[in-house]
Amino acid sequence: MDAETLSRIQFALTISFHFIFPPLSMGLGLMLVVIGALYVRTKDPKWRRLSFFWVKVYGLIFALGVATGVVQEFEFGTNWAEYSRFVGNVFGSLLAAEGVFAFFLEGGFLGLMLFGGNRLGPRLWLFSIFMVVFGAHFSALWIVMANSWMQTPAGYTIATDPAPARAVMTNFWEVVFTPSFIPRIMHVFMASWTVGAALMLSVSSWYIFKKRHLELAKSNLKVALPLFIFFAFTNVAVFGANQAVEVTQNQPLKLASMEGLYQSESCARMYLVGWVDETTQTTTGISIPCLLSWLAYQDTSATVAGIDSFAPAPTPPINLEFQVYHYMIMVGSALIGIGLLGGLFYLWKRRLFESRLVLSLLVLTVFAAETTITAGWWTAEIGRQPWIVYDVLKTADGVSPLVPAYEVVFSIIMFVGTYSLLFVLFLYLLNRKIQAGPEELEEVETVAVGNLPDTFRDVFRRQQPRAGEEPP
Amino acid sequence: MTLNDVWFALFILIIAGYLILDGFDMGVGILLLPLAQTDVERRTFLNSIGPVWDGNEVWLILGGGVLFAVFPLAYASLFSGMYSAFMLVLLVLILRTVALEFRSKETSPRWRSTWDVVFGLSSLGLALMLGLAFGNVVSGLPVDANGNFSSGLTGLLTPFALLVGVTTAAMFSVQGGIYLLLKTEGELNDRIARTVPRLMVVFFSLNTLVVIAMVLFHQEITERYTTDIWPVIFPAAALAALGGSWLFVRRGEAFKAFLCSSATIGLLLISGGIGLYPNLIVSTLDPGCSLTVYNAASAENTLEVALIIALIGIPFVLLYTAGVYYIFRGKTVVDHHGY
Repeated sequence: MDAETLSRIQFALTISFHFIFPPLSMGLGLMLVVIGALYVRTKDPKWRRLSFFWVKVYGLIFALGVATGVVQEFEFGTNWAEYSRFVGNVFGSLLAAEGVFAFFLEGGFLGLMLFGGNRLGPRLWLFSIFMVVFGAHFSALWIVMANSWMQTPAGYTIATDPAPARAVMTNFWEVVFTPSFIPRIMHVFMASWTVGAALMLSVSSWYIFKKRHLELAKSNLKVALPLFIFFAFTNVAVFGANQAVEVTQNQPLKLASMEGLYQSESCARMYLVGWVDETTQTTTGISIPCLLSWLAYQDTSATVAGIDSFAPAPTPPINLEFQVYHYMIMVGSALIGIGLLGGLFYLWKRRLFESRLVLSLLVLTVFAAETTITAGWWTAEIGRQPWIVYDVLKTADGVSPLVPAYEVVFSIIMFVGTYSLLFVLFLYLLNRKIQAGPEELEEVETVAVGNLPDTFRDVFRRQQPRAGEEPP
Repeated sequence: MTLNDVWFALFILIIAGYLILDGFDMGVGILLLPLAQTDVERRTFLNSIGPVWDGNEVWLILGGGVLFAVFPLAYASLFSGMYSAFMLVLLVLILRTVALEFRSKETSPRWRSTWDVVFGLSSLGLALMLGLAFGNVVSGLPVDANGNFSSGLTGLLTPFALLVGVTTAAMFSVQGGIYLLLKTEGELNDRIARTVPRLMVVFFSLNTLVVIAMVLFHQEITERYTTDIWPVIFPAAALAALGGSWLFVRRGEAFKAFLCSSATIGLLLISGGIGLYPNLIVSTLDPGCSLTVYNAASAENTLEVALIIALIGIPFVLLYTAGVYYIFRGKTVVDHHGY
């Protein structure tokens, strides 16, 4: 294999692994803010117990997100040097802005979030958690902004003198607000919140299933379930649908590839499941008539452009694109169904807490949600191929010219090795934390809540609080 | 003074910020195995950097982002040319993070000592790699007319670069040792206080060797100091700051020693930057192929936008950083809820 293919494999591998964690940082983070706010409002110690528990889980997720996130920033330069030369003027600023605005916010408040339970009063602790979560969202904002520029480039011109050819910014605001940016970021946020709510929902359902920490788990589920239903539903019905409209307008060839639509069709069907034979250019499967036309144009008789009408433009791998897209659609919609089922069983005289079948379905939601958001990201990125900057620069032309293939082989081996180890350890530690469950407040609180500084003025007036305990 | 020069200065300051801050937590990592013996001592070491290491590492990410935005051609050349070296940097960065995070999640002594070894070695490895990369930038790289080169891994292992690598590790151990003086108490503090002056002697000797090697073999970087006299202020001030930190360590004034040691690191990097200017990467093939702050830079409007972003963002960065260090000031207490 050549260095280009290997670099593609490595980038796909490293970013897909990294992408497990940021949606959880945003989604679980938002849920933590909700739990923290409930404590501040009600002063019920159960919310404080849950905060200590989930903050620990969050710490583990966050650490892996940080550890695997630096990799991408390096890989643009190491593996995609020509791409970096081409986009540096435009893309680099957005990455630098992510660092200066978002990472420092997260990095600064992370310590307070993870260690703040025994150092800060409930309101200040909640504030720190909020700032970390805000930072996580802010970071995603810049990344999706940069990625949207690669999908729908705007606000630039190509300069060739002096060499090398490169995109030069002509209008900063057009670079920031490319046509695809707002629809995409909303879809990413809502999907991430679904994942976060699903994690809380899964874990509390598991406890109820196993009859552990019952009271706490029920309270937690009562918060997680309605939010999960709301996020999952809004994401599919509002932001997902809106995304389809955006792709139709800006990347119609991508839309045709997602549906395996070779010939233009009025009243175009949408598949539920199917298979694209790329040699015969046929798509077979179970479909709903006219749904694609309606999704794309809100008009069942509208004509959707097929792949043929863009010839000879190069296409992405159609069947792969079709499959990941339909995985997202089907599983994403199934999540709503599972959520609603749980909701109905809850309203039906609280039967949810006894129904082992529904509880086990709820346990599965986090795995389904994680794979769905990944499939969605793959849909966006595979559908962009063979372009790295859509219609402007091919991925093949972005690769580092002199890096030998064997060096990339070594780095792939290195990533596969470390990431496998990390993934096993992550699951092991996450599972252990979950099996251990929320600890008693007496065990985690080394300083009584009332003695903690709870306003900024308190923090700076008082001496540092001491945990007067012997280390375990 | 053009925007390009302003950005070169800012870039050097950001990297200095990184070396000063992550330098002390790398130093704590390097000293973990030799100095901390019991589990409580090791946890004291790790918890001393616990709330701040992540913020420290962000300076590196910011440095990378700024290089990409402001000098994209240098970013592309350096990162692709030193491919394997940067991959190893990534490996040690990942290992450091997870070792710190995973270590105290289990109570078994074998689990903990394994991760302690990983943390110690990856901290040392990171310091060596950063020094090695810096040494190669100082001595020049075989950049061609398209801005490309490929050093392989072994191509970077020159005696000079190795010397810079070891010196960097020594510099960070001093920085980490002094930080630990601020954070520890009792017998452990005494032990560290006995070690730090020795480390300073080692660092001073190695650094003298680096300067001699530069004067003998890499005159392109010392040239500026022979044509102009004013830049000599910076290395001279670095030397004075090192002397100051020696004095304050002796007197037991750890905070002042830490400020002096931080100043040493910053001033040494500035001295190196002045020697390099206006080059970012000196080509050993043809001086015409060298990447400079002018020919490797983004267009002026990008430099302006990036400067506006920096001017809005950096005050916030300094505010959070100061806030976190203030809240976690004082001696480190190991409790149930830490690393």
